[in-house]
Amino acid sequence: MNETINASLVEWSRAQFALTAIYHWIFVPLTLGLSFILAIMESLYVKTGDPEWKKITKFWMTLFGVNFAIGVATGIILEFEFGTNWSNYAWFVGDIFGAPLAIEGIFAFFLESTFVALMFFGWNKLSKTSHLFSTWMVAFGANLSAMWILVANAWMQNPVGMKFNPDTARNEMVSFLDVWLSPMAVNKFLHTISSGFVLSAAFVIGISSWYLLKNRNKLLAKRSIAISAVFGMMAILFNIFWGDSSAREIAQKQPMKFAAFEGLYKGQKGAGLTTFAIITASKDDPQYENINNYEYRIELPNMLSYMAYRDFNAFIPGVKDLLDGNKAQGIMAITEKVGRGKLAMQALSDYRDARKAHNKAAADSATKLMDENFKYFGYGYFDNPGNLVPNIPLTFYSFRVMVVLGFFFLFFFAVLLILIYKNRLETSRFWLKIAVVSIPLAYIAEQAGWITAEAGRQPWVIQDLMPTLAAVSQLDTMSVKITFFLFAFIFTLLLIAELKIMFRQIKLGPKDGGN
Amino acid sequence: MFETLSYFSLQQYWWIIISLLAGILVFLTFVQGGQSLIYTLGKTETEQKVIINSLGRKWEFTFTTLVTFGGAFFASFPLFYSTSFGGAYWVWMAILFCFVIQAVAYEFRTKPSNFLGRKTYEAFLIANGFLGTILLGTAIGTFFTGSEFSVNKNNLTLISNPVISQWESPWRGLEALMNIQNIALGLAVFFLARVLGLLYIMNNLSDKNIFDRAKCNLWFNAVPFLAFFLFFLIRLMFIDGFSYDPVNHFVTMEASKYFNNLLQMPVNTSILLTGIAGVLFGIIRTLYHPYTRGIWFAGAGTILTVFSLFILAGFNHTAYYPSTYDLQSSLTIENSSSSRFTLTVMSYLSLAVPFVILYIFYAWRAMNSTKIDADELEKDHHSY
Repeated sequence: MNETINASLVEWSRAQFALTAIYHWIFVPLTLGLSFILAIMESLYVKTGDPEWKKITKFWMTLFGVNFAIGVATGIILEFEFGTNWSNYAWFVGDIFGAPLAIEGIFAFFLESTFVALMFFGWNKLSKTSHLFSTWMVAFGANLSAMWILVANAWMQNPVGMKFNPDTARNEMVSFLDVWLSPMAVNKFLHTISSGFVLSAAFVIGISSWYLLKNRNKLLAKRSIAISAVFGMMAILFNIFWGDSSAREIAQKQPMKFAAFEGLYKGQKGAGLTTFAIITASKDDPQYENINNYEYRIELPNMLSYMAYRDFNAFIPGVKDLLDGNKAQGIMAITEKVGRGKLAMQALSDYRDARKAHNKAAADSATKLMDENFKYFGYGYFDNPGNLVPNIPLTFYSFRVMVVLGFFFLFFFAVLLILIYKNRLETSRFWLKIAVVSIPLAYIAEQAGWITAEAGRQPWVIQDLMPTLAAVSQLDTMSVKITFFLFAFIFTLLLIAELKIMFRQIKLGPKDGGN
Repeated sequence: MFETLSYFSLQQYWWIIISLLAGILVFLTFVQGGQSLIYTLGKTETEQKVIINSLGRKWEFTFTTLVTFGGAFFASFPLFYSTSFGGAYWVWMAILFCFVIQAVAYEFRTKPSNFLGRKTYEAFLIANGFLGTILLGTAIGTFFTGSEFSVNKNNLTLISNPVISQWESPWRGLEALMNIQNIALGLAVFFLARVLGLLYIMNNLSDKNIFDRAKCNLWFNAVPFLAFFLFFLIRLMFIDGFSYDPVNHFVTMEASKYFNNLLQMPVNTSILLTGIAGVLFGIIRTLYHPYTRGIWFAGAGTILTVFSLFILAGFNHTAYYPSTYDLQSSLTIENSSSSRFTLTVMSYLSLAVPFVILYIFYAWRAMNSTKIDADELEKDHHSY
């Protein structure tokens, strides 16, 4: 069965993972944020004793339940796909990557799923405060769960706290705290969960606005909008702050991805931030087919340098600098990295042979060579440097969609808060309509964010150490195609069901006749 | 504290945790067992609704335990995760598929405009009940019978095919269904899940008709469970097992290895016997008396039995995931585990598990404070 891994298998395996991740991320952000909105609403019920707050909480809880179930369903596939479709990855870094997944299961997921049952079914079985406690635990559990998954994801983008062990042919953890609290992990966690909070606020506001437009359930709508607008405003400010911090981290740790964000072909000092551009295949450089350059561009001068290094004149490497190298800026050419990667691979092979032959001197010499070059291990799998460039148009445009929508929501929540303050919310039909439209926009922003993060880091599963082609399980492509279409079919079916149920529940409104 | 333990002790500690999780998971398949009996026990729509709601308040425990079982296996024995999941692709995918459709079925079943109709979601629950348990049991069976795979860590430097674990059967795990020992365990797990489901429903509901039907069905499920389980266990005592040398880790076949393990690990043997006795006591007491607490004896017995079977598979220098293609590729708790550092870190985190169990116990008690009946469901805002 020792056949060659082909590109088609890698692409279909990627497609399957992308499919499950995209579907999963349709539902998760709402769980992350709506759970907190529910907890706030129920807190108000417990504090004021006003039964309307209970009706409002129960109504949003119904929608939460529908969303939660399908989120759970899509999530289980993702965890196991690390083994089923990315088995080599599972061994190469399982010693580090497995820990956050296990911790997520033992602590966060149990917390969430245990208390979610109490939250749904405990209204008549628990005291008010015990029930409120359960609702807060669901919110903490869901976000704790997200934290461990995002720690794992951040580690893939910036592998820290580990050392390669040639005896076991895998990376092994040497510092749990470095893995858990790396700047990349902190940024990713806070940026991602706050984006979920923004989506949830937009979701509640959009549906509530629809009620106001239809002149029904006004009390529910106005109270829900008031809470969500404040929640959303805080979340978007937080989100932008951590997004900015995240971009700085990426500029330093994943320069190729950063260049792809900006579609930056040639590096420059005092680089401008592209506000709008059209990207086309590069006419300057036919040797790299997938490199793209600007056809048309509007920029904010020097802002990219400032954003990345807090220095208006800092040098930002472009795709070409990263491929061909730039001695003046101390950037190594890809060909050299590939050469070093191959040296590391050969050294590993020599080490294992030497160990088998009990030749200590040869083993020591191979270890030294491997340690010197291991940083570039993953490059050894490549012959064509062009394959080390991510899909630039996809990354560039999805990044812009995410950023533009992020600032749209900042503006949107600000307007809503002003309207609430001036008591003109009900009469501002234009903004109520915008609020309804903002629901899909929030979902688009979420997906664009993940496409930016994941497409931008290609071809790496683990930055610089393992490309997708070395991480994949050895399956026949047809098997992966079949499971891809099976999941696409069932997830789409379930998504349609979920949407139909949601729309119906929204149309029905609160079961117990909220005002 | 854990730093003072040897690497081997840490590996054993984590195999004990995995075994315990496996035991809890099999116990919690009472949800699946109950699902496979929805129409057998519920003759009217109301009865079916009561049964589904009773099970529906526990399905997340099974689901979460499955996820945790996978995560803990990944963290502590990543080579198993890599070899088995990446190799026995179709078996694991089928199991996952069963759980995906279960997760939405409860929530969507009675919601208006649910697109697929109530019966479809009930079919999802039944499919999960049948296939989920049989496939899970069959997959566990391969821990004793072996699979066709090879592991070669030198492959990592082969650019054309760097995959370390290679599955050597084109059936991608489905070949396990052709082994009588695996099938026996699969069917034993299936009927055990049904037995546990019946005992749980008898404990959780206050409907006399359902209770009587459940009691009657207990016979029809307990007998085949015992038949398949005893077949599996007795045959296991006679088959060759996969033993490895503690010094050079060389794997060889050993006649009656699992019987020898029973003799050489008397504590584990007593756990196994206690577990089996607990299951039998739970069943027999319920069959012959108006008794509703059988689930607790049978449940605890299940956990102990599965736990001891896993210990039987992985302790006493036994390869827990044997390769029939290349004996030396067989996985043992020593050659497939995480590093000492990771196991130590994870061991500290495992100390919080009793706290997790405590709040699960609190939640379970709160949920079961009153027995479920149609009246209660009428008042419930979130009934399925």
